[in-house]
Amino acid sequence: MTLDVAQIRRDFPILQRQVHGKPLVYLDNAATSQKPRQVIDALVRYYETTNANIHRAVHTLGEEATAEYEEAREKVRRFINAPTTESVIFTRNTTESINLVAYSWGRANIREGDEILLTQMEHHSNLIPWQLLAREKGATVRYVPVAADGTLELNGFENLFDARTKMMALPHVSNSLGTINPVERIAAEARRHGVMLLIDGAQGAPHLPVDVHAIGADFYAFSSHKMLGPTGVGVLYGRKELLEEMEPFLGGGEMIRKVTFEGATWNDLPWKFEAGTPNIADVIAFGAAIDYLEALGMENVRAHEAELTAYALDRMAAIPDITLYGPTDIDQRGGVVSFNFPDLHPHDIGTVLDQYGVAIRSGHHCTQPLWRCLGVSGSARASFYVYNTPGEVDALVDAVKAARSYFAER
Amino acid sequence: MTQEEFRRQEAELDDLYRDIILDHYRHPRHRGHLDSPSATHEGLNPLCGDEVTVEVKVDGNRLAGIAYTGSGCSISQSSASMMTEAVEGKPVAQARRLIDAFTAMMRGDDEAAEELGDLEALSGVRQFPVRIKCATLAWHTLDEALNEAGV
Repeated sequence: MTLDVAQIRRDFPILQRQVHGKPLVYLDNAATSQKPRQVIDALVRYYETTNANIHRAVHTLGEEATAEYEEAREKVRRFINAPTTESVIFTRNTTESINLVAYSWGRANIREGDEILLTQMEHHSNLIPWQLLAREKGATVRYVPVAADGTLELNGFENLFDARTKMMALPHVSNSLGTINPVERIAAEARRHGVMLLIDGAQGAPHLPVDVHAIGADFYAFSSHKMLGPTGVGVLYGRKELLEEMEPFLGGGEMIRKVTFEGATWNDLPWKFEAGTPNIADVIAFGAAIDYLEALGMENVRAHEAELTAYALDRMAAIPDITLYGPTDIDQRGGVVSFNFPDLHPHDIGTVLDQYGVAIRSGHHCTQPLWRCLGVSGSARASFYVYNTPGEVDALVDAVKAARSYFAER
Repeated sequence: MTQEEFRRQEAELDDLYRDIILDHYRHPRHRGHLDSPSATHEGLNPLCGDEVTVEVKVDGNRLAGIAYTGSGCSISQSSASMMTEAVEGKPVAQARRLIDAFTAMMRGDDEAAEELGDLEALSGVRQFPVRIKCATLAWHTLDEALNEAGV
């Protein structure tokens, strides 16, 4: 094993608990991850010692809170190798980050007849904001098809864009299929054609080493809560030149420079996009989550998940009648295993697995159009993270077999 | 896992998946279409994607025919199947009373369960709160279909 998982597991208090008398096997990490003691402690320590509003007060607490908040921003900058902290905006979540771009960049730049290019594997959060924008502007939305093997049909990047394509948005890693998309290559093509590119990194940043500079993305969005941090914090990385030209998303305190009854001028980046009191405590605790991941090393995180996923795919494929979705090539595959049986609904699988202490997700995973393409309404989905073990994959397989036998004709 | 542990987990599941529920899931009744329905209504659970479409044929004050189609979990589909058996041929007013009694039972009213006969088997779903909407989907859909039929 690439990671010392036994040591890691001791840092996660929730992994001690039982569900229906069985040890918790938490395999719903694509929905949200669990939190290590270090992150929980950072939250408590902040509220017990430092709590104050930021960027306002001249007192000691205010100065310390501001310093810690901005220190977390620097940690995020380093984590994704952004050139400057001016490019790192804190939001509520990935969804808000994407909406910020659709609103502030999209409304100024998308015109009637323009095309927005998405993929069939889009999470609703990277679909609805663009549909709303297209409807408002009279633009069209086109979708790159998903091939039977769960990869995007990019056709050697020939004709990916046409003359009307202004914007492309796609996931770094599919939350439903686990597909790792070739974002560097797509970014190079987008740049060559003058197409703006947003990458939904909700399933990328938590699981892969991410270098936004090397990828060449114009925008990259992700969430704290899927990478050991608290809920309520998202990140939008944007190229500084783009962010400078964009109008604010939300108006209020913090994002202004000078306000009169006639109007206002905007604060510098990144604060121009952070109206109102931000989620100070959770941002600071998110910094602790990044420290934790960096200490493990994102290359090691990825290697661990690849090993677990390969093992899971191997064992699951041996279960009779199972349908497994997504690429089988582990180099193109994140730690997500979606599966179905012909005669067993994902919710029934989920309920039986819960009875065995195994937490998975069942349903459409916020990718309804993708599942419609695949001819089903959804799937059962197991997803892995740093604290999961091969023994937990075995528990998953045993519980799935138990579900099969429970629903078999008796 | 030992055989004994296995059976213990299955015993807890049996509260949810009673034999009669699994029987209706495997052998659905009145699944299909009516020749000339008085009304058809499609019900949908947006959160989990369960779908049930109910067709009714009303003859005077009587629910003369009922059929359903749909896709979803065992609870949503067997509840639809059991419902069709319970209401077929009944006066519309009685079907409406059964709808009220069933939804009351799913909200926790045990008295309501007494008049429901076999349908009481679905009361075990109450221990699994996220699944309650699966059980009530067909009933809300029937209610709408009757409204559309104008009775």
